[in-house]
Amino acid sequence: MSRIGVFICHCGENISATVDCERVAREASLMEGVLYSIDYKYMCSDPGQNLIKEAIKEHNLNGVVVAACSPRMHEPTFRNACAEAGLNPYMCEIANLREHVSWVHEKGDATTQKAIDLVRMLVEKVKNNKPLLPITVPVTRRALVLGGGIGGIQASLDIANAGHQVILVERDPSIGGHMSQLSETFPTLDCSQCILTPRMVEVARHPNITLITYAELESLEGFIGNFKAKIRKKAKSIDEKLCTGCGLCTTKCPNKKIPSEFNEGLGTRTAIYIPFPQAVPNKPVIDKTQCTYYTKGKCRLCEKTCPAQAIRLDQEDEILEFDVGAVVLATGFNVKGTDFFPEYGYGNYQDVITGLQFERLASASGPTLGEIRRPSDGKIPEKIVFVACAGSRDPAKGIEYCSKICCMYIAKHAMLYKHKVHQGNAYVFYMDIRAGGKMYEEFVRRAIEEDDVKYIRGRVSRIYERNGKLIVKGADTLMGGKPIEIDADMVVLATAGVASPKAEELAQKVHVSYDQHNFYAEAHPKLKPVETNTAGIFLAGSCQAPKDIPETVAMASGAASKVIGLFSNSELKRDPSIAVVNRMPPPTYTTCVGCGLCVTACPYQAIQLEDIKDRKGNVVKRAAYVNPGLCQGCGTCVAFCRSKSIDIEGYTSQQIVAEISALLNDE
Amino acid sequence: MPLAVYPGCSLTGSSREYMESVEQILKTFEIPYTFVEDWNCCGATAAHNLNRKVAEALPARIIALAEKQGADEILVPCAACYNRLKSSQKKMDEDKVLKGQLSEMVGMPLDNGIKILNVLEVIEQSIVPKLNEKIQAPLNFKAACYYGCLLVRPGNVLNFDREEDPQSMDRIVEILGATPVKWSFKTECCGAGFTVSRTDIVSRLSGDILIDAVEHGAQALIVACPMCHANLDMRRKDIEKATGRKFDIPVIYLTQAIGMALGIDHQKLGLNRHFVPVSI
Repeated sequence: MSRIGVFICHCGENISATVDCERVAREASLMEGVLYSIDYKYMCSDPGQNLIKEAIKEHNLNGVVVAACSPRMHEPTFRNACAEAGLNPYMCEIANLREHVSWVHEKGDATTQKAIDLVRMLVEKVKNNKPLLPITVPVTRRALVLGGGIGGIQASLDIANAGHQVILVERDPSIGGHMSQLSETFPTLDCSQCILTPRMVEVARHPNITLITYAELESLEGFIGNFKAKIRKKAKSIDEKLCTGCGLCTTKCPNKKIPSEFNEGLGTRTAIYIPFPQAVPNKPVIDKTQCTYYTKGKCRLCEKTCPAQAIRLDQEDEILEFDVGAVVLATGFNVKGTDFFPEYGYGNYQDVITGLQFERLASASGPTLGEIRRPSDGKIPEKIVFVACAGSRDPAKGIEYCSKICCMYIAKHAMLYKHKVHQGNAYVFYMDIRAGGKMYEEFVRRAIEEDDVKYIRGRVSRIYERNGKLIVKGADTLMGGKPIEIDADMVVLATAGVASPKAEELAQKVHVSYDQHNFYAEAHPKLKPVETNTAGIFLAGSCQAPKDIPETVAMASGAASKVIGLFSNSELKRDPSIAVVNRMPPPTYTTCVGCGLCVTACPYQAIQLEDIKDRKGNVVKRAAYVNPGLCQGCGTCVAFCRSKSIDIEGYTSQQIVAEISALLNDE
Repeated sequence: MPLAVYPGCSLTGSSREYMESVEQILKTFEIPYTFVEDWNCCGATAAHNLNRKVAEALPARIIALAEKQGADEILVPCAACYNRLKSSQKKMDEDKVLKGQLSEMVGMPLDNGIKILNVLEVIEQSIVPKLNEKIQAPLNFKAACYYGCLLVRPGNVLNFDREEDPQSMDRIVEILGATPVKWSFKTECCGAGFTVSRTDIVSRLSGDILIDAVEHGAQALIVACPMCHANLDMRRKDIEKATGRKFDIPVIYLTQAIGMALGIDHQKLGLNRHFVPVSI
């Protein structure tokens, strides 16, 4: 026997200005099963909520329909109110009279009629509602952080400082990421290494952090609170316990001409190498693709040299397994190479370099020890041109977005250059100067006004070499499109920030969505910026989109706080609106025939086939089973199920059909 | 189906040596071809600046004529004509209403499925596979392959070679025995249609091209566009006056260069028609 209460909200004038709320309440009171119906100015206010609570108690209601704004706005509010009055919260439904009616229609009878129809639908639905209980899943309070750049470092430290275990996995031999490559940072010009390396050391020393470098995620299975991660720890070919990091091996290695990744190809390294002096851990690895022993079968010079006998040439990759409750993706980004730009010489001109390469030239730890010298002949460039938006904001290049960091780092580069080469000339070709951020605009103005960097608004159409100079052809659009040619000694392209090379592969491994540029997709662009659509997996930093250091750090702390929140309970409560495969008494057991269509349809890998056994333990049927921890309640499986054996709790076919019938029967 | 050839105005007039050399190599490699009968102007630079409908109708008529002849490929040696035809074909592909209107305007059915090819595409497709065995007199000079603007751009219309640093002509020239130089002006503008109205601009732009080619060690410029040829060859005196430099670097059509390597008589290739003598 249904005892339903209907509560019509005016939403101030938002609804009542177009919908006759009193009439809706009156009509609702006549609907079958409705015991109580009332309209009120602000149903979400305290008195409004009390109205609902009192009515539930007074009339012993077993179902509630609140006709108000979108359920996205106040469903939790009203469901809580019901729960406080002793009603199961899932017996409360929302009819959206604001976004679906009053905001989109003119005032009139038809509009009020639509409001009445919506209320009628929800009344019929609620009659078919069943009390639901939140799902509880256990939580492993250990986090996996992928990527040891500043984002991963910050997230790891925050989680570890809250008392939880962290496994930090880094692909390269050292943590530090791109930030460790930078010379100075905007807008303060403080040294990047100086602020970063203490954090790197802190990570390595932290009792709650297990640091695994030179390693990659092999696989991730499970669900929020209960992931199983397999990590491939690549063979470093050294015994890390014995190695003292003296570096003698790196001085003896005969293979010295390998382009250094850390120096963006502007310097060289050996086959056994420590990527940079401040590396953490500060122990070498052997690059098997370059080492003469691995490629040609002889040498072993490092083995003979090592005073600690720490070289292990027969070491193999290790697979490590961890149970973790949450994952933070902090895998960072990359920049396009100069070879991406046919008009700027296809990467054939040595003195056309990327912004990241310029960082290495300007860095005290770089190949020129911080002197700005051009790569081709080591001369100090007298004229240098910076090209902003190289690739970025260029649909013709397939990169429509703004890379966000370039305007600022170009201003910084030009400043650093002028500080080091006083008589030099620095030009910047730009489209717009995007300097939104604390002290950012002031920083750019300083470059222009105090350091005399010449900003030219226009794009560079072409760069070519003539008599040892790089001719930069562009136009000054503020001077009526006047063509400009600058004979530069060096050109720095602020090449577009793009996703890490293996971003797509990783996204598929951990089942998070990504955009057409392989940047990872946040769950909501405004309100869930660090969550992904997969529960328990969070994002930090530029794997989501290009961003600068402060933003990355803020996001990492945000992701960490989500992880800490998740770890604050030993069990996790989740919305029970998930898919369930029906089960019934023998001999049917279930109408599911085990065809497995839903298994392939599920985007969250939440469904698998399981054996149904009788009391004696004999397998009587094979049917789908939905893992409640993984299911996100999207309903894809319901649409796929040919025998109609799957339903979403709270949105069963029965409920939906009741709603539609209510609408049709009225005609 | 035989290949249809659309000569366009230049190849019957100021650049007839281009047509002569195209025909020479088509014949040598026994590629059957017929000219598009009753062909009309492609519209060139003028039409699409004045009347957009007419600008599309002119190439549409050429396409319709070629299709009427039963050809499924049409060779358009002039880069400007090629550009116009390709552009109209794409517009009609994307806009069926326009296609219908144009078909009505030209008074012929329009299938628009014909494949429009430039000289490089025909050479790569039908000649390169048999080229090596036919070479009699390998070219022994450094060549700057000059593509100009209309042969490769806009990339999304032509879909042929890379826009900024094309390679197809370089590859062919290398087979001929010449050494293609790496240079910077492969696709820079020669001044194009300004050759009549603003010779001063043409002299400066074409001058820059010659200077870059020579400074990169080129002994000949190889071209595939009659307009480029006219500016670099016919306007040589003006260029020399404008730059104050003497240039004896000849400008040779790619088809002429192939003919030279095949040992075809220079006269038959029209090499005698150039303003700058070809003596390499």
